Amino acid sequence: MVVREAPPSRGLLLRVLPSSLYAGRARFLLERSALVYSRYWVVFASGALEPLFYLLAFQVGFGKLVGEVAGPGGQLMSYVAFVAPGLLAASAMNGAVFDSTYNVFFRFRYAKLYDAMLATPIGPLDIALGEIGFAVVRGALYSTAFVAVMGAMGLLTSPWAVLLLPAAVLVSFAFAAVGMGCATFLRSTSQFDYIQLVLMPMFLFSTTFYPLGVYPEALQWVVSCLPLYHGIELMRSLATGFFDWSILGHLAYLLVMAAVGLVLAARRLHKLLLS
Amino acid sequence: MTVSTGRVVGAWRGAALRVEGHWMWYRRYWRSNLYSTGLQPLFFLAAMGLGFGSQVQPGEATGGLSYLHYVAPALLVSASLMLAVGESTYPVLSGFKWQKDYLAATATPISPGQVLGGHLLWVALRLTLAGAVYAVMALLLGAWLNAGAVLVVVVGVATGLACAAPVCAFAASTYDEGTRFATLFRFVVMPMTLFAGTFFPIEQIPMALRWLAWISPLWHGTELSRGVTLGTLDLLPGLGHAAFLVVLFGAGFVFARHYFYKRLVV
Repeated sequence: MVVREAPPSRGLLLRVLPSSLYAGRARFLLERSALVYSRYWVVFASGALEPLFYLLAFQVGFGKLVGEVAGPGGQLMSYVAFVAPGLLAASAMNGAVFDSTYNVFFRFRYAKLYDAMLATPIGPLDIALGEIGFAVVRGALYSTAFVAVMGAMGLLTSPWAVLLLPAAVLVSFAFAAVGMGCATFLRSTSQFDYIQLVLMPMFLFSTTFYPLGVYPEALQWVVSCLPLYHGIELMRSLATGFFDWSILGHLAYLLVMAAVGLVLAARRLHKLLLS
Repeated sequence: MTVSTGRVVGAWRGAALRVEGHWMWYRRYWRSNLYSTGLQPLFFLAAMGLGFGSQVQPGEATGGLSYLHYVAPALLVSASLMLAVGESTYPVLSGFKWQKDYLAATATPISPGQVLGGHLLWVALRLTLAGAVYAVMALLLGAWLNAGAVLVVVVGVATGLACAAPVCAFAASTYDEGTRFATLFRFVVMPMTLFAGTFFPIEQIPMALRWLAWISPLWHGTELSRGVTLGTLDLLPGLGHAAFLVVLFGAGFVFARHYFYKRLVV
C-alpha cells in the first residue's frame, strides 16, 4: 500500500511566486547574520554610539550657535529638537545602506556566499529578504538607542513620538532594499566611492541640518525629490506632532522605494547567479 | 671584479622611487579619488558653511565672523586628517598583507624605512593636492578673508602627516584587522571631527571633558589654521600647536619604522 503524504501547506507568497524565487527560508539568513555578528559585537554595539556623538555635539556645540529654527508648520523650535529627528532618519539610512552595500558586496563577489546558498533550497528572494531584514533589525536597534537618548534629553514632546521607531524601520527597509539592489551592480571596491557620492550629499543637503527654506526655489524642488528628505519630514512631523496630508506622500514614497528595491535585489541575484 | 646585480640607493632616492610607484598607480585610478579629493570637502563647505551657517548669528562664539569664514579653514584641516588617516590604514595593511607590494619593494635595495618614508611623502603630496583644490573652491565661495589661506594648506598637510605617522604604526602592527580600524574610526577619528573645535569652539565643552580636545591633533591644527587665516595667531601658542604636531609625527614615525622593520626584515 502506498502511503501518500499530504503536501506541506504553503502560504500565499509561496503559491503566487515561481518556486525557484522564494522558498520561505529567509529567517535562516537572519540567524546566520546574528551568528556572524556575535563575533564582532563590539563594532556592532558601538554603532549605536555614533548618532549619540552627533546628538551630543549638537546639544553642547551647534545648538549654542543657533537660536531657534522654523520647524514643521512654521513653528519655532530649539535647534537640537529640529535636528534630532533628521539625524534619526539619517542614521537609519546610513546604517541600512552600509549593511546592504559593503557587506553584501563582499559576500556576493568575494566570499561567494550567495552562490553557496543558492545551491541549497533557498531562492534569491529569500536572500534579499534575509539580508535586508538583518539590516533593518540592526537599524531598529540603533534607532531604539537614539530615540531613548532623545527622550532623556527631553526632545520627545508629542505622543506621536511612539511612531518614530516604526518610521525608522521603514526608512531602514527602503534604503537597505535599494542599497542591496544597487550593490549587485558594483564590480570593484574602487566603486564604493559612488555610494559615498550619493549618500554624503543626501545626508548633508536633505534638510538634516537646516530648513528647506534656506535653498533657492529651484533647489528646493530638487531636494524634495530626495528619498532621505521624505524620511526626515516624516520623523520631524512625528517628533513635533504637526501633521498634514503630505505625510501620506512621504509614507507612500518610502513604501514604493522598499518594494522596488526588494524586487530589484531579488531579480538581480536571480539573473546573475541562476540564469 | 665583482659583479653585483643590486645597487645601493640613497635614503631619499629610495623613498622617491616609492613615491614614483604610488604615482604610477594614482595616474591610473585618479578618477575614483575625485570624490574624496575634490567633491567631499566642497559638499561639506556648502552644507555647513553656507546652509547651516545661514542659521548662525555671528557672535562671540565665531569671533564676530560669519560662520562661513569661521568654519572654512577648520574644514580643510579636518578633511586633510580624514584623507591622511584613510590612506594610512587599509592601504598600508594591504601593502603588507593583501597586495604585498611592501614585500616586493623590500626585496629590492629599498629598505623598510624608505617604504615608510615613501608612503608618508606620497600622503603629503596627496594632501597638498587636496588642500589646493579645496582652497580654490573655497575661494570661489568667498570663504577666505585674506591670503593666509595658502598657509592653511600647509597646516592641513602638517596635521594630516602628524596623524598619518602614528596610524601607519598602528596599521603596521595589525595582522588580523578584525575590528581595529573600525574602532579607530568610530572612537578616535569621528569624535575628534565633531568635538575638536572644527564646528564650534571647544569652550562650549564642559571643562571635565575639554582635555580630550586638547590632546587631539585636530584641535591644534584647527587653532593654527584659524590663526593664520584670521590673523589672530600669537607666537607662543602658535609654536606650542606646531610643536605638538611635530612631536606626534616624530613619535609616530619612530614607532612605525620599528614595526615596518619588524615585519619586513626576516
